[in-house]
Amino acid sequence: MLELHAITAGYDRRAPVVRDANLTVAPGEAVGLLGPSGCGKSTLARVAALLHRPDSGRVVLDGTPVHRYRHRAPRARRTAIGVVFQQPRLSADPRLRLADLIAEPLRATGRRASAPARVAELADTVGLTPDLLTRRPHEVSDGQLQRACVARALVLRPRWLICDEMTAMLDASTTAALVRVVEDYRTATGAGLLAVGHDQTLIDRWCDRTVHWDTVTPAAAKTPA
Amino acid sequence: MTERPSTPTSGTTTEPPPEPPATATTPAAGTERVPAPGAAESGAVTGPGPVPVSETGEAGAVTGHLPAPAAAAGPAGRAPVLSVRELSVRFLLPGGRRIAAVTDAHFDVAPGECLALIGESGCGKSVLASALLGLLPANAQTAGSAHLGDLDLLTAGERTLARTVRGRRIGLIPQSPAAHLTPVRTIRSQMEETVAQLTGERNRSTLRTAAEQAAGRAGFPLDHLDRHPHELSGGLAQRAATALALIGDAPLLLADEPTTGLDRDLVDRTVDELRRHVDADRALLIITHDLAAAERVADRVAVMYAGRIVEITGADAFFGAPGPRHPYSRGLLEALPDRSFTPIPGLPPELGSLPDGCAFAPRCDRATGICATLPPLTDSVACHHPAPARTPEDLRA
Repeated sequence: MLELHAITAGYDRRAPVVRDANLTVAPGEAVGLLGPSGCGKSTLARVAALLHRPDSGRVVLDGTPVHRYRHRAPRARRTAIGVVFQQPRLSADPRLRLADLIAEPLRATGRRASAPARVAELADTVGLTPDLLTRRPHEVSDGQLQRACVARALVLRPRWLICDEMTAMLDASTTAALVRVVEDYRTATGAGLLAVGHDQTLIDRWCDRTVHWDTVTPAAAKTPA
Repeated sequence: MTERPSTPTSGTTTEPPPEPPATATTPAAGTERVPAPGAAESGAVTGPGPVPVSETGEAGAVTGHLPAPAAAAGPAGRAPVLSVRELSVRFLLPGGRRIAAVTDAHFDVAPGECLALIGESGCGKSVLASALLGLLPANAQTAGSAHLGDLDLLTAGERTLARTVRGRRIGLIPQSPAAHLTPVRTIRSQMEETVAQLTGERNRSTLRTAAEQAAGRAGFPLDHLDRHPHELSGGLAQRAATALALIGDAPLLLADEPTTGLDRDLVDRTVDELRRHVDADRALLIITHDLAAAERVADRVAVMYAGRIVEITGADAFFGAPGPRHPYSRGLLEALPDRSFTPIPGLPPELGSLPDGCAFAPRCDRATGICATLPPLTDSVACHHPAPARTPEDLRA
């Protein structure tokens, strides 16, 4: 289970972006989180991905409470979660070739030896040709770069996936292709998914369960800031 | 280097010979901000000679009657505001590589009409917009023509474009309004500056009134005028940018991905506002990969694939029955989550190494041997195996 209990988080303690948010994702479940721009759903996704320390509240990952976030989180916990962000340009190191971009999590966790085989396998899964793997981010389109970012998120075989507006920059065909990649992975491994977005049609089609921001933060809805 | 498929002016047409590209391009202006074409690397113009315009024979025969008034005009049947003929753009890269960003684009936009240009990212849509504004980088070559009234935008000089076209005859609604606005100045000061530039007005109180009127026209709330761009939400920044584009009362609006990154409600509001300006008898060319937004705003739809317009048709027929005719257009629509949500297999081709024949053939389930030759744009679609056209019975229904 990935459980978020009474999470309050933000970038200024006096004005938290997220107040008292509650959300649970069961293993193998796909939960879609819908909300308008700027409501704080990306911040909550960052908390769930252990990338942002909440001001208060509890995060429980696979039965164990989380106490450390970001680089302080134990490696076994960090690598249990794969994250895909909205803007591939901002989440890819411009100096790395796509093959290295995909392999970086393996190198960072001492699994360098398995990189070539795993990268080839994943490139095929996400639809990147060997030619594209030798290029750097400025030489590929947004859609191609996001394919590489999805491959990077899957390379450590995470049990949980957080997709924060993964398809906002993409055209219809690439969107459908990447959602299919994520769903094929989940079917094969039973991973859980938290998909954040503002396109109701897409989220409804993609996920088992859709929750609206208002129901995640009922307290904030009652007392608007 | 890859040769692009060309049968240089094989058909006997009444087309004028292609312009020598050297005169057709101007260096990008430093003052305007338009997203630079992704493929464009800076590099010297050392390339080969003129870019031949290919297949004008067939294409011309179809959409025909080239500069004749109201030939391929919109539903209103009036003379088009913008008339693009066989427009091609090539980028020359160091090492002799050529990127075929746009090839033989051919369309009109009439007053009171919205044409949506749709396609995957990287298919050349934004390059087309930059070409119309004369904002291509120095290593680009253009061929063909793009007439705005009597003026050919491709051959006009930088001085003409800067003083009479940008902002005055073409209003640009940019892709990312937050990046388009000057971050260190308030919206009011930017509006007043734009009014002063475009009208020559110097009286401060008149400027103030005019700026407030401009804000009102785009639905920008007057109590937000004294804010800086970073204090605005995405939707308000978009309206501010739209207001700036409307100040010059340009007959043609060019919107380059105006809805990227906005949520669905904001997308709907933004395109509805654009539609209001179309209904006020402006022409709108909207470039987008958001099919839902295109469906909401457009009268006609042009689908671009690998630099070519592969289908251009009425929005009703495209999004409703009988649907698009080109297999690529059908694939794009079927990929939508409220349709079958199935991706088109494969990836778009590299614009630097396009095949000789139909560029979509490697991804197409209808492809046969004949697809090794380039399909002409016949009867609104460029495909050897298009879906059946609308029958007269459909039209009456």
